[in-house]
Amino acid sequence: MDLVNIAIKAIFIENMVLAFFLGMCSFLAVSKKVSTATGLGAAVIFVLTITVPINWVLQEYVLKEGALSWAGEQFASIDLSFLRFIMFIAIIAAMVQLVEMIIEKISPALYGTLGIFLPLIAVNCAILGSSLFMVQRDQTIAEAAVFGFGSGTGFFLAIVALAAIREKMKYSNVPDGLKGLGIAMIITGLMGIAFLSFVGIAI
Amino acid sequence: MSAEAEVLDKPIEKSEPSEAPLSKRRKRIITDPLNDDNPITVQVLGICSALAVTTQLSPTLIMAISVVFVIVFSNLIISLLRNLIPNRVRIIVQLAVIATLVTLVDQVLKAYFFDAWKSLTVFIGLIITNCIVMGRLEAFALANKPYDSILDGLGSGLGYAWIILAVAFFRELLGSASVFGFKVFEAVGIENFPTNGIMVSPVGAFIILGLIIWVQRTKTGYVER
Repeated sequence: MDLVNIAIKAIFIENMVLAFFLGMCSFLAVSKKVSTATGLGAAVIFVLTITVPINWVLQEYVLKEGALSWAGEQFASIDLSFLRFIMFIAIIAAMVQLVEMIIEKISPALYGTLGIFLPLIAVNCAILGSSLFMVQRDQTIAEAAVFGFGSGTGFFLAIVALAAIREKMKYSNVPDGLKGLGIAMIITGLMGIAFLSFVGIAI
Repeated sequence: MSAEAEVLDKPIEKSEPSEAPLSKRRKRIITDPLNDDNPITVQVLGICSALAVTTQLSPTLIMAISVVFVIVFSNLIISLLRNLIPNRVRIIVQLAVIATLVTLVDQVLKAYFFDAWKSLTVFIGLIITNCIVMGRLEAFALANKPYDSILDGLGSGLGYAWIILAVAFFRELLGSASVFGFKVFEAVGIENFPTNGIMVSPVGAFIILGLIIWVQRTKTGYVER
C-alpha cells in the first residue's frame, strides 16, 4: 500500500512540473504537438524508472558515508557523497544514450520527431531532480523505483495536457507579446491551480 | 545578506579589471542577454531549476550568484579547452566541468552558509541541468576566446539573475508582504496587508513569469510564431 501511496503522491500531489518546476525546458519546448509530447513523456518515464533505482544502488553502495564497507574494513569511514552530482549525471547521460539507441532501433519515426530533444533529456532537471529527491527522502530501492516511475508519469500527464491545450490555443486570439512562452507559462499556472486541489487528499 | 553576496561575488568581479578595455562589440555581448536576447524570456532556457527558490528574495539571490559563478567559470574553462575537446565527447566534457563547478558551489555553501544551503536543498545540484549553462557552452564558449566567453557568461548569468530576482520580488512582496524578510507594509503603516497564498505556491511563479514575459516582449516587440 505504501508503494501505491508514493506513486500517487509523485504523480498528482508533488507533480515534478507543476509543484517543483522541474523539467520546464523540455516541458515548454516540446509541448506544441500532442504526438511529440507523448513520445517525450514516454521516454522520460522510461529513463526515470531506470535511473532512479540505479542511482539508489550507487548511493547506497558507493557514495554514502560508510557505504564502501563491503569492500573491506579500511574503506568503512569513507564518505564520497560530495561526488554525488558527477556520478548521478554520468549515469543519467549514459542511460539517455541507451534509450536513444533503443528508440532509433524500434521506432525511427518517433526518433525523427523527438530529434534534438532526446539528448536533452540528459539535462532535463526532472531526471536529476528525482534522483536527488530520492537521496533526500531516504527511500528503499522498491520505493525509489516506484517514485521514479511516478514522477515520470506525472511529467507525462502534465506535458500531454499542456500540449493538448496549446493545440487548441492556435485558434484563439492571443495578444502578440503573450504568444508562445508567455501564455504557456500562464496556462501552466492555471493547471497548477487544478493540481493544487490534490494537496488536501490524505493518503 | 549583502555580506554573503560580496563573498560569493568576488571571484566574478576579480576577472574584470585585468582585461583589455570594453570594446563596443564586447559591451553588446554583455548587454544583449539582459534584454533583447534574454535567456529566460526570449530563448526559453533555464526555467527549470530556479523558479522553485523564488518564494523569498534571499535564497533567490544566493541561487542567482551561484548560477552566475557557474556560467562564467564553465564558459572560461570550456573556452580554454575548446581546441582540445573532440567533438564527439563534448557533451560529457561539458557536463563534467559543470558538475565539478556545481559541486564546488555546493560544498562552499554547505561550509559557510549552512542555512541557505539547507533551504535550497536539491536546487543547487540542479544548476547542473540548467539549460542556460549548457546552452552558452554549446553556442558560445566552444567557438570563442576566453575573455569574450567570460563576458558572455556574465551577460547571460545577469540576464537570468534579474528575471528570477524580479519574480522573487513580486512573490515575496505579494505573498509574504516583505522584501528580503523586511516587512515593508508594516513599516509604512499598513498593518493588515492581505497576503496572497497563490503567490507562495508554485502557481504564483508561473503567472508572474508569464506576465513579466508579456511586458518584456511587448517592450522589445518580439513575437513568437
